Amino acid sequence: MIEIRDIHKYFGSLQVLKGIDLNVEKGEVLSVIGASGSGKSTLLYCINGLEKIQQGSIRVDDVDVHAKGTDINQLRQNLGMVFQQWNSFPHLTTIENVALSPRIVKKKSRAEARDIAAAQLKHVGLGDKLDVYPSALSGGQQQRLAIARALAMEPEYMLFDEATSALDPELVGEVLDTMRLLAEEGMTMICVTHEMGFARDVSDRVAFFHEGIMEEIGPPKQIFGDAISAHTQKFLANVR
Amino acid sequence: MEQPINFFSGFSFNDLLFLGEAAGRTILISILSITIGTIFGCLFGWILQVSGTAGAVSVGAFLDIFRSVPLIIQLILFYNFAPMIGLSLDPFASGVIVLSIYAAALVANVARGGIEAVGRPMRRAARSLGMSYWQDMRYVVWPIGLRAVFPAWVGVALGVMKDSALVSVLGYVELLKASQILITRTQEPFIILTVAGAFYFALSYPLSRYSARLEERWSQ
Ligand SMILES: Nc1ncnc2c1ncn2[C@@H]1O[C@H](COP(=O)(O)OP(=O)(O)OP(=O)(O)O)[C@@H](O)[C@H]1O
Ligand SMILES: [Mg+2]
Repeated sequence: MIEIRDIHKYFGSLQVLKGIDLNVEKGEVLSVIGASGSGKSTLLYCINGLEKIQQGSIRVDDVDVHAKGTDINQLRQNLGMVFQQWNSFPHLTTIENVALSPRIVKKKSRAEARDIAAAQLKHVGLGDKLDVYPSALSGGQQQRLAIARALAMEPEYMLFDEATSALDPELVGEVLDTMRLLAEEGMTMICVTHEMGFARDVSDRVAFFHEGIMEEIGPPKQIFGDAISAHTQKFLANVR
Repeated sequence: MEQPINFFSGFSFNDLLFLGEAAGRTILISILSITIGTIFGCLFGWILQVSGTAGAVSVGAFLDIFRSVPLIIQLILFYNFAPMIGLSLDPFASGVIVLSIYAAALVANVARGGIEAVGRPMRRAARSLGMSYWQDMRYVVWPIGLRAVFPAWVGVALGVMKDSALVSVLGYVELLKASQILITRTQEPFIILTVAGAFYFALSYPLSRYSARLEERWSQ
């Protein structure tokens, strides 16, 4: 379980998160929506410790992410993250991209790491692209590669930060399908997204962020059909 | 082989050997300085990159001195002033030290550029996989950064090799000094400088060819 308690996050004097409280249960799929600059990405970065928080706490399976003694590199293995930009390692082939961290972080043997990588690439539908370089892949394929790379660490949680926003429209579907597949397999997921269809169909709950505050959270039915907050209503009216 | 030594004679086979031997010294001093300079240059480059503006101002200014003062002045100053602080160094050691610092100052900027060539998103992606700072450096930043700045580094290395000729002012008999000696004796500057130039070319050409091949391989 991910437990977020009253977190406050500042960049200099700019307060970006203003007291967020949120629990994400094992197996849950949470979509996070909201206007640009509302702090959605920052929330994800705080969860895996890529950004520090100034107040509050975040616990993942009872481990305090921001505590001094926490082995953050260990913790991150359990929190796969996929970014808007896919960040493929350009000097490595597809399979090497995926096998790298199992090998160097988890200290698996070369052969074992390759097996894991091959299996994950097959999982995301790239089983026939093992030995090509990322430059030969489309954006959608590179994003699926990024998903496979995160999955190779066998995380229990996956964080998606607008995984489809940088893609050409015709490539969005294949990445969303992969995310759907993971959701069906029971992966715990927090998905920051502008894909309202995905948020509605796949998530268990949807959270709406507005200027650093989580204005509203609830089942998709409620958020999309019967939002309480005027901000939520306005946002949804605009994205449709 | 007994050959009568004949001063003011033409250019002989022995002279070619003499130049070859001097070329060996040019190689030796160049390889040493480039290697030492590259190691320290990477270290300085890393300091410049991690320490942001504060580091760029202090370390950067320090390195700027060595980048901007003509090498020949650095060599003469160091060679003549080192004994004053109790260091008695021969021309070779002085040359290696000064050239290494000079190379380090040049490599520092190249190295910083290499690290910065790997953007923050890429590094965050690596860290999000559980890599430590140094694993990210070793397996992501180094290979990507190296490819980005390798041509610039080759430029520095070739430059240092040519600049090693300046160590001749300290009396170290490398390629240029050897040529001067032969010119004085034979009075045939044209042949000798052509041969010396050919030696320099023969030293740098393989390196630039090899680097071009590497770049080609990396770019696909
Ligand atoms: N490293 C940073 N330094 C300073 N300010 C930052 C930094 N990262 C984010 N911000 C600011 O924090 C605020 C929230 O940013 P964040 O990226 O979390 O928004 P977001 O909801 O993900 O927006 P988007 O939909 O555009 O991705 C923005 O005002 C942004 O400018
Ligand atoms: Mg964002």
